[in-house]
Amino acid sequence: MVTVTNLHKRFGSQKVLNGLNLETNVAGIIAVLGPNGSGKTTLIKSLLGMVIPQQGKIAVNGKKIRRQSDYRQEIDYLPQIANFPGNLTVKELIGMIKDLRGKPARDKELIAFFGIENFLDKKLSKLSGGTRQKVNIVLCFMFDSPLIILDEPTSGLDPASLIKLRELLQKEKAAGKTIIITSHIMNFVEETADRILFLLEGVIYFNGSITELKTQTGQDDLEHAIAQILT
Amino acid sequence: MFKILKYSFFDLFRSRWSFVYFFFYLLLGLVLLFLNNDLSNAIITLMNVIIVLVPLIGTIFGIMYFYNSREFTELLLAQPIARKHIFLGQYLGVAISLALSLVLGLGIPFIIYGLLESSAIWDFLSLLVVGSFLTFIFTALSFGIALRFENKIKGFGMAILMWLFLAIIYDGIFLLLLMYFQEYPLEDFALAASVLNPIDLSRTLILLKLDISALLGYTGAVFKSFFGTTKGSIISFGVLLAWVILPVWGMLRLASKKDF
Repeated sequence: MVTVTNLHKRFGSQKVLNGLNLETNVAGIIAVLGPNGSGKTTLIKSLLGMVIPQQGKIAVNGKKIRRQSDYRQEIDYLPQIANFPGNLTVKELIGMIKDLRGKPARDKELIAFFGIENFLDKKLSKLSGGTRQKVNIVLCFMFDSPLIILDEPTSGLDPASLIKLRELLQKEKAAGKTIIITSHIMNFVEETADRILFLLEGVIYFNGSITELKTQTGQDDLEHAIAQILT
Repeated sequence: MFKILKYSFFDLFRSRWSFVYFFFYLLLGLVLLFLNNDLSNAIITLMNVIIVLVPLIGTIFGIMYFYNSREFTELLLAQPIARKHIFLGQYLGVAISLALSLVLGLGIPFIIYGLLESSAIWDFLSLLVVGSFLTFIFTALSFGIALRFENKIKGFGMAILMWLFLAIIYDGIFLLLLMYFQEYPLEDFALAASVLNPIDLSRTLILLKLDISALLGYTGAVFKSFFGTTKGSIISFGVLLAWVILPVWGMLRLASKKDF
């Protein structure tokens, strides 16, 4: 699905990605973990073409993405901070994105699933952080694309919505999609992820299942296993 | 690209600012016509306002729109739309809505006053064309500055400085040079210097159109003999066009390299 070879990115003098290599060719949920500033968001934004790396190659579905945009038709993305144009209503925003993509969408189903019907006519600037995140999730999942990239999907969600999100992820996974998630909530990662990618100093430090990570570090709890790597 | 243009255009259309701008021109046109009681005089006064104000409004609007729609831009960047189309669409949305406010805001009072039966119609039209050109030029320049500077305060400062330079400082330096080297024949230099600055070029074009170049003395005669010819008009039109195309091209280049 996604192939990354020798990816280098620096912002000014700060090196963020340092020759990163990655290959994801099986469906399932991949969690990208790492301390703050380890390059998780930079990696994700490079996949989307929002950040332009200095060196290295990225291919999605076998096609190089440099200077391309059509490949994003196959990607659903949930940004970390749900910033939307504040003067639009939820309904207008959903309509606009549908119009721009020109693809059938399952927005009604997801709106009902997350219970945000009452907010459709509200302006986005008037929504609470959690509701905004739900809108963000609806926007992301409504196109049913084979590759889903989620940057901190849990932020601001209440426990009930978190359960719904988990349910949704399992459904998408069962449909054979590849889902890439970054999160700092280890419980969430442990319950959803099939594979862990641990980023440290701009390269992938660990790539394997949760069980492998636990055996390698000799810890029986994911949080401690991660902490073990960092010390 | 046209979808982005459409959304940017309607976004501006819904915001109060384009109406404020429109009503400002409407009022300006009405007041000038009322005070001057004459179309040609009103056009000359209007020119002095337009030459300075249109670039300023284009600059401020462009930079404000760009910084304010950052979220929208980021949302678009994750969609299957080419970067070039996103920024070109937003640029055209802003520039077209500003140009429309100008053309409609001034056009309506002048038409009501009886412009269509007057001989001043061509002078008025060239004023609108030049004003629209200035809108497109300065919106593109301000978009480029906004792309270059992540920091809003810095970007705003640079944009105002750019306007100040082209609208005022450039003329100051130009005059100083003319005074300093007054013993030398400076007609070619003066000609080149006014063609290179879009604001000066616009002013010269309108002045010559209004047939008041006699005020400019000998230089005016040289200007008239240059701009009056087909070659002169083609060159000045080409320069105005280049002042639109080059900043847009630079803006798109900056956009294609930027990290979001």
